[in-house]
Amino acid sequence: MKQSVTLGKVTKFMGLGFLSTFKDLFTGKLEKEDYKAFLRKVIVPVASVLLFLGLWHLGAKSLYNVEAEFRIEKALNEQGQVAADEMAACIASGDISCQPNTLPSPSQVWASFQSLLNDHALISADKAAFKEKTATLNEKRVAEGKDPIVYTGRPSFVDQIFRSLKTVFAGFFLALLIAVPLGIFIGLSPTLKSAFNWFIQIFKPVSPVVWYLLVFMIVKTLLIDSSEDSSFSISFIAVGLCSMWATLVNTSMGVSSVDKDYINVAKVLKLGNFQKVFKVVLPSSLPLIFTGLKITLSVAWMVLIAIELLAQSPGLGLFVWEEFQNGANDSNAKIIVAMFVIGIIGFLLDRLMLSIQNAVSFEKTDAI
Amino acid sequence: MSTIIENKANIITDTSGFPSRDVMLDLKDLKKVYPTPKGDYVVLEHLNLQIKKEEFVTIIGHSGCGKTTMLSMIAGLNPISGGNISVLGKHIKGPGPDRGVIFQAPSLMPWMTALQNVMLGVNQVFPHATKNQRNDIAKYYLQKVGLEDAFNKRASDLSQGMQQRVGIARAFAIKPKVLLLDEPFGMLDSLTRGELQDTLIDIWNKEKITAVMITHDVDEAIFLADRVVMMTSGPRAKIGDVLDIDFERPRTRKAVLEHDDYYKYRKHLIDFLEH
Repeated sequence: MKQSVTLGKVTKFMGLGFLSTFKDLFTGKLEKEDYKAFLRKVIVPVASVLLFLGLWHLGAKSLYNVEAEFRIEKALNEQGQVAADEMAACIASGDISCQPNTLPSPSQVWASFQSLLNDHALISADKAAFKEKTATLNEKRVAEGKDPIVYTGRPSFVDQIFRSLKTVFAGFFLALLIAVPLGIFIGLSPTLKSAFNWFIQIFKPVSPVVWYLLVFMIVKTLLIDSSEDSSFSISFIAVGLCSMWATLVNTSMGVSSVDKDYINVAKVLKLGNFQKVFKVVLPSSLPLIFTGLKITLSVAWMVLIAIELLAQSPGLGLFVWEEFQNGANDSNAKIIVAMFVIGIIGFLLDRLMLSIQNAVSFEKTDAI
Repeated sequence: MSTIIENKANIITDTSGFPSRDVMLDLKDLKKVYPTPKGDYVVLEHLNLQIKKEEFVTIIGHSGCGKTTMLSMIAGLNPISGGNISVLGKHIKGPGPDRGVIFQAPSLMPWMTALQNVMLGVNQVFPHATKNQRNDIAKYYLQKVGLEDAFNKRASDLSQGMQQRVGIARAFAIKPKVLLLDEPFGMLDSLTRGELQDTLIDIWNKEKITAVMITHDVDEAIFLADRVVMMTSGPRAKIGDVLDIDFERPRTRKAVLEHDDYYKYRKHLIDFLEH
């Protein structure tokens, strides 16, 4: 009982309160008056998801038909009736070689998702076997002062998700380390504010692609002597620079707009500058700083895909791009899988920030 | 300084006339001017007021007459345009903890507990006391305002009335020479207001800190004060009249209401305000 209470609290805290309604449904704890809420919180969302899947399925089917008819027509015009019949039979048989290449249906996407998971299991097994095989050899090499042999096979889809998360968090912390202190100084000093304002106004709207190119120019030269792969550094720095603006603007705004009453109290008590900043100004601007950080993290996750793609840094962005170039039969379905994964991770990152914000700030923000 | 000499003829001297060594707070020919695009707006001019040690003075006047401006000038939060303000003979320079302020809004740091809010001031004023001593001071005053059960409650979780109690504790705990109260109960309902007046006067009876309080409420002004100062309407507001309240201390609300002079005082104040 105690555990279920804390679980309910945790999910509610993270803005995932609707999960507990499901639990109540299965444990039979639902009261009569809860049915209205149940209808609104469970039935309506489930129905909308089903509706979405249905529309998607129908849309994909009609696009598939358009593409199939086009292929048959083309075969008929170029090679005659026999080729057209062969093409129609081939498409109907589901043979991979002649499948129309268009928007995949929900079931195809689900199948691709499972094949990606299987692929991950295979690669993990392969990796483990490789590690076992090279264990004794690597020990010897380390003892001799050589570098150990590392697995260089292709990364699985799951590996790429974790690589993307690593990049986005590295970029996010870079943004935090630059934007929060800078924002505090700008907010505290009108002189610094006028010094930095043009800078912020000009660079804030710059596109992620251009930031990537700028970082590429600089990092390439800085790492000219290094043989290491610079794609990770370039992509996380570019992500950080693209996404830090929301935090910078929100922090400086929060710091410069502290309630006048609090400032008067600080004046009457003659608090020193250090005390004033850490006991009054910062706690009072924390909600705005966190709003900024939340925007920063979601922007970072959004631009990450484009930047990974440009930087050829392994991750979801590169995965999407490679699948698109690949043009294999299930490439389109894999791209849609990546789209859902990106969306769901973005949602979870947002909830994570919300729960941290609720834990540290005095104003409670309600989840939508 | 030259303006003082020029305007000397116009100075209305305060009639109470007590020995200068008893003066805690002295406002001399105080002037406040706000520059506007249409020319200077004079809020206060030729304002003279002397307040004795251990005296409780309430200030009453119409909205916008400059009462709050005057109080924030005494607190040092608003610059003086002319004349001067001195505490125990020394001119004030900016704000300081020798003049405690209870603001109209409770102005507590909502992310701190009641105790931390009081400690913020105590730490500042008694830096050489041990942590335990400072804690004891803060807790003593919180008990005095009836918050012994709410030390560790966050200010944002307290009701408006309880927040203002913390505000009172915070102001008394820093042991100021002068206590400035800017309509501290203006935002409360009348029942809570009465309770807080009792709390304030209880703690004041023990500490006897010279107090200047702005109020809109005629009954509150009479119940709390030794003297009620009436300000004329602005612009160029100044002291219009001063009424001594000769009730004995400690007072109870019942005794005050039943006193023969009560309605005489009340009529005097209302006549002034309606004029």
